[in-house]
Amino acid sequence: MTDLTKLSLAATRDGLSNRDFSALEVTEAYLGAIEKANPKLNAFIEVTAQQAREMAEQSDHRLNSRDARPLEGVPLGIKDLFATKHVHTQAASHVLDDFKPEYESHVTQNLWNDGAVMLGKLNMDEFAMGSSNETSHYGPVVNPWRAAGSNQDLVPGGSSGGSAAAVSAWLCAGATATDTGGSIRQPAAFTGTVGIKPTYGRCSRWGIVAFASSLDQAGPIARTVEDAAIMLTSMAGFDPMDSTSAEIAVPDFAAAVERGVKGLTIGVPREYRMDGMPEEIETLWQQGLEWLKAEGATVKDISLPHTKYALPAYYIVAPAEASSNLARYDGVKYGLRVSGKDITDMYELTRAKGFGREVKRRVMIGTYVLSAGYYDAYYVRAQKVRTLIKRDFERAFADGVDAILTPATPSAAFGIADQDMNADPVKMYLNDVFTVTVNMAGLPGIAVPAGKDHRGLPLGLQLIGKPFDEETLFAAGRVIERSAGGEFSPEKWW
Amino acid sequence: MTLVDTRTPNPKNFVAGATGDWEVIIGMEVHAQVTSESKLFSGSSTEFGQPPNSNVSFVDAAMPGMLPVINSECVRQAVRTGIGLKAKINKRSIFDRKNYFYPDLPQGYQISQYLDPIVGEGTVLLDMGEDGTVQIGVERLHLEQDAGKSIHDQHPNMSFVDLNRSGVALMEIVSKPDLRSSGEARAYLSKLRTILRYLGTCDGNMEQGSMRADINVSVRRPGGEFGTRCEIKNVNSVRFAGQAIEYEARRQIDILEDGGSIDQETRLFDPKSGETRSMRSKEEAHDYRYFPDPDLLPLEFDDAFIAKMAEGLPELPDEKHARFVRDYGITPYDASVLVSDRESADFYEAVARGRDGKLSANWVINELFGRLSKDGTAIGDSPVSASQLGSIVDLIGKGDISGKIAKDLFEIVWTEGGDPAQIVESRGMKQVTDTGAIEKVVDDILAANPDKVAQAKEKPTMIGWFVGQVMKASQGKANPQAVNEILKRKLGI
Repeated sequence: MTDLTKLSLAATRDGLSNRDFSALEVTEAYLGAIEKANPKLNAFIEVTAQQAREMAEQSDHRLNSRDARPLEGVPLGIKDLFATKHVHTQAASHVLDDFKPEYESHVTQNLWNDGAVMLGKLNMDEFAMGSSNETSHYGPVVNPWRAAGSNQDLVPGGSSGGSAAAVSAWLCAGATATDTGGSIRQPAAFTGTVGIKPTYGRCSRWGIVAFASSLDQAGPIARTVEDAAIMLTSMAGFDPMDSTSAEIAVPDFAAAVERGVKGLTIGVPREYRMDGMPEEIETLWQQGLEWLKAEGATVKDISLPHTKYALPAYYIVAPAEASSNLARYDGVKYGLRVSGKDITDMYELTRAKGFGREVKRRVMIGTYVLSAGYYDAYYVRAQKVRTLIKRDFERAFADGVDAILTPATPSAAFGIADQDMNADPVKMYLNDVFTVTVNMAGLPGIAVPAGKDHRGLPLGLQLIGKPFDEETLFAAGRVIERSAGGEFSPEKWW
Repeated sequence: MTLVDTRTPNPKNFVAGATGDWEVIIGMEVHAQVTSESKLFSGSSTEFGQPPNSNVSFVDAAMPGMLPVINSECVRQAVRTGIGLKAKINKRSIFDRKNYFYPDLPQGYQISQYLDPIVGEGTVLLDMGEDGTVQIGVERLHLEQDAGKSIHDQHPNMSFVDLNRSGVALMEIVSKPDLRSSGEARAYLSKLRTILRYLGTCDGNMEQGSMRADINVSVRRPGGEFGTRCEIKNVNSVRFAGQAIEYEARRQIDILEDGGSIDQETRLFDPKSGETRSMRSKEEAHDYRYFPDPDLLPLEFDDAFIAKMAEGLPELPDEKHARFVRDYGITPYDASVLVSDRESADFYEAVARGRDGKLSANWVINELFGRLSKDGTAIGDSPVSASQLGSIVDLIGKGDISGKIAKDLFEIVWTEGGDPAQIVESRGMKQVTDTGAIEKVVDDILAANPDKVAQAKEKPTMIGWFVGQVMKASQGKANPQAVNEILKRKLGI
């Protein structure tokens, strides 16, 4: 019998629909794979086996009675940032110890309404703050990929490292993820998976633990462009409970996947050619452009002049919002409480113990930039930069560009406990240099595996689209995926 | 905000010190709870007096991932209030987060409006009696969330938190520093409450906490530079506001006259001692780190929306006052008393419509209000209805009963109810205007008192004694005017 975990989400769905296998069988296959792999990869921090089996049985019932919904019986992993009713929801933080919400996030509820099965909750950087999944209270996630001839454990990227690793290692058919500055696209690139951050407002943020509200957006990580399109179709949709949710119809994204790029104009921003960028990234980028041209796209050099200010501005806006969003974790209402001699003492002890180093760093940065006397110099200026970045993109799109191609990351996956990165947080922040602009502008961005570096590690390209034009990204992403043609599956070592 | 002095110093308001006169400068921030079914950003009920933590949603409890959604009724109420304060309505306003830690503030921030409030500058007119009308500037009105309540007396070493109020909508109405005495401050609070109640945007119940004031007080030499202010927090009655200002002004004057200086600080008023005491200094003040709430879009509406809100507004106290004086011919003082709340004004108008406005005002203010206040009864529960009182006024007007009988009649209607006209009829209270009958009584009395008749011819004011006798004999029912005329004729005076 074929290994059911090796099927794409689309193939799983079709096989279930044809009754080639049952939802319970697929779920059992994944639960078995998780049991075996998770001690090595640490991708799941909570496996909801019982619930998964019950959901699968219900799906089988529906499948048998020809009452199947779009994702009927498809087993998914859920990033720990999403509230899942009565199930572990801690944003991988100590401060939310034992928190199990009485509510379900809008995005996951959409998935369950479409028949998907929950396998469990996925590891991530604490409160989605990190680019290596090393800031989790539950320990780092290990990338299923290893460099050729090496036993070194690599990071899967972050913050959706658990999602990316689980998808890449065949531990779920697809996973939910979130992206505030690159947290879907960078781990997707590091693990040879496809990840899309849709337009801000496409997915409801209701029930997703907030990091930086004006930047946070949910999206899928999947093994193929088509799988990502199928998942996003289910995840997206207007939600009156999120004031920033867009009241705009959700197309069938999967229908756009094979649309091709003929006649499209692809922008190439010169500012993304960074100093010291590895040759192989540059080569991959050129290769991506060639592939798109070969299928009938026109390539156009463009300028996004404020790109260089994006990362510094992001590291003002995101921590500012985070410092306020994380104020509610104070030991009073839920989660961890460390008692003290008075209320202030309790706050300090609880937050000192409950938050990890990176979270504390960002809360302090955010508190600082919002402080009286600094607000105008930092926060207000960063917001101005944000407007300029947005305008850069608007100008490019107004000049006839349909999508923009850039590298997804400045390098392939690096080692766990990398000394350089740990010594200098800014080096870690540079992982997001190609992705933060997209969040700052609220645009959709997709990362697609396009090649490998000299050590055989996957590298991704990023496509950036117009607001609410994810369809073009799926179409162009599919061309890159097909052209790259490579096998983006890790050698199984776990 | 830039401080501008809009007032001309009035010596009547000066406070005497050992070294000369001082002028008190007062500005107020009034927190008025918006009348709405549900909270500002959640669907939880706002009902008062529920068991602790029964009006709490996931949003109010700041559960992870919960998001605020603006309650459009609260927006409508704020706009209505803005129109009622003759203020500029801002078609675009922004919700900001005011960040600070406190157990009854579950989010760790209060959603408020900082730089771009929903309502801008407006005015409140105060009727200060013989000092005339005083115009007080409103700086702004903004919407914000109320906090919950910490309860410290339930456990030996723990505090409890009740989140029923958490997230309830408040309007913060900020005055300009235009008030110059505790009397004006009291008048301002009362007037603001009257306006809010007319509009139906806040019930104004200060004892339930649905309206409370932070009062900024400073003193200066009359007409001089503004002094350093202290803010008195959370004053919850008009009377306390007056006391707090009196105390605080005196405290500051004493310090300055002793050669000291005022520290800018936040103070609390203790109603028991009638004193204010320091709560925190400027150095201890929070840095609230305001920034626009990224969970909420800017609040925007158009002129048509504002026009629609204006259309639905009731007549406001100032307009009603002017109309009462003009249409019913009553004194400005009586009009002020009548319009001070909408129910009284409506009651009066129901009595006065088609009748003598002045007579009606006398009866509503002196008899009805007097009786209501003696009984501690609210006008809404008055045992005498407007139509009953109107009927009494009619009977007086027609000359069917005298004013004195009318008072008796009022008492009967108050205690027993019934149709006044019928009562007058059935109990024989009708005034005797039949001159024949009166003449007979007069003749009897004149005959019985020849000595008084002689005196009266010498001293015409003695007629009063005869009037009294006639009224007594007729059990008050004789028409006093007729009695007078007949007596004058018969006595030849």
